[in-house]
Amino acid sequence: MSEEEVAELLAMYRISLEQLPKIYHDDPAVQAIGGDVGDVIRIIRDSRTAGRAEAYRLVVKRPKK
Amino acid sequence: MNRDLEERIDNLDLPYRTREDLKASLEGRDITEEEFNQILEMIFFEYEKTRIEPCEAVGIVAAQSIGEPGTQMTMRTFHYAGVAEINVTLGLPRLIEIMDARREPSTPTMAVFLLDDWAFDRDRAREVSWQIEAAPLHEFGDITIDMENMQVFVQLNKQVCDRRRIAVEEIIETAPKKIREKRHFRDFEVEGDAKKASIVFTPKNQESYQNLFQLAEHVRNVIVQGIDDIERVVVRKEGGEYILYTEGSNLKDVFEIEGVDTTRTRSNNISEIAGVLGIEAGRNAIIQEALSTLNEQGITVDVRHIMLVADMMCMDGEVKQIGRHGIAGEKESVLSRAAFEVTVNHLLDAAIANEVDELNGVTENVIVGQPIKLGTGDVKLIAKPVNLKT
Repeated sequence: MSEEEVAELLAMYRISLEQLPKIYHDDPAVQAIGGDVGDVIRIIRDSRTAGRAEAYRLVVKRPKK
Repeated sequence: MNRDLEERIDNLDLPYRTREDLKASLEGRDITEEEFNQILEMIFFEYEKTRIEPCEAVGIVAAQSIGEPGTQMTMRTFHYAGVAEINVTLGLPRLIEIMDARREPSTPTMAVFLLDDWAFDRDRAREVSWQIEAAPLHEFGDITIDMENMQVFVQLNKQVCDRRRIAVEEIIETAPKKIREKRHFRDFEVEGDAKKASIVFTPKNQESYQNLFQLAEHVRNVIVQGIDDIERVVVRKEGGEYILYTEGSNLKDVFEIEGVDTTRTRSNNISEIAGVLGIEAGRNAIIQEALSTLNEQGITVDVRHIMLVADMMCMDGEVKQIGRHGIAGEKESVLSRAAFEVTVNHLLDAAIANEVDELNGVTENVIVGQPIKLGTGDVKLIAKPVNLKT
């Protein structure tokens, strides 16, 4: 997602970037689309209730155990 | 219905399915602008009614909605309830397993779907199953322990090898390699003869019989064909196509086998799915598994409750359990965490770390005896003094 879109999204829900759900940078789905740490990705889910739903996740680095 | 109207519907702030339903029901009808607006008004009215209100305690509603029917579930249902004699954990133990986000379920199993070229041919489906099912060396020939010469002799059966589509050379190559790598037994030497289809294993220690028998045991059980984790494969015909059901699960390796339909193949190992296909797939797997476990017991829980639970579990990019090592253990509030499990430890740690509880949540306020910020506690009433005389 572009920066403007992210800003719009955050403004709409009145949240900060960190409050978005996360996804790790080495997640297979992120690697497939080539996302970097700090990006926000839009996920279009096949929802059981709405038919199709959008969700957003912030790409973060996997914490070391 | 014209394009213009369709576009107007698409731009409405409604869920996808509602829009599609609306389009479908308007199809072939002639409606005026006025009627359309009236329909929209009613749709929005109904839609607003179905939406959850802000500040609603959805978590508690979800917990009770899953918890109450959960009490009706059979406490112990283990036995052979799955397809084709494959044992699958069901009922409450399975639900607990899902919520605890175990690394490995107690009965991992897969349903492997095949691509069109394989799915309708019994023999070809069987071929794929051989590629998947772990087959130890002793299924491919006779193994004899030669005590006189201190060696283990393997005579491969060419017919079996041909039938199971594996070359003798391949067995000669993989067997010693697998023993070294997977079974961590290295003190032996190998000599393979592809023409005679025989392999001779000689232990380095020529003195010990125990060592020889140990080696023989390794040779007998080494997996030469198939995927190590998958102990059994059952081929079943369902709806015209052949589907492989497995005992044991290994998504990654199964995906690499030719003929496997990677888009439909399922596993019941949630953390494996999350690892191989990503966290979103893991979320879907949690929903799917929890829902099917409940439905199988004849319990219907609204999917939204389960979706909420799955969302919480997958919030941070990995599958987290619901419990003190996962979601409950990461709550902001000290009292809320202490109220869950291991109370003293949490209070002690919080005291050492000089933590402050802001008393924002529900649990904390119940503990200290304040009204909670929910329902009637959410609104503040201020009485305006009004002079009644005037």
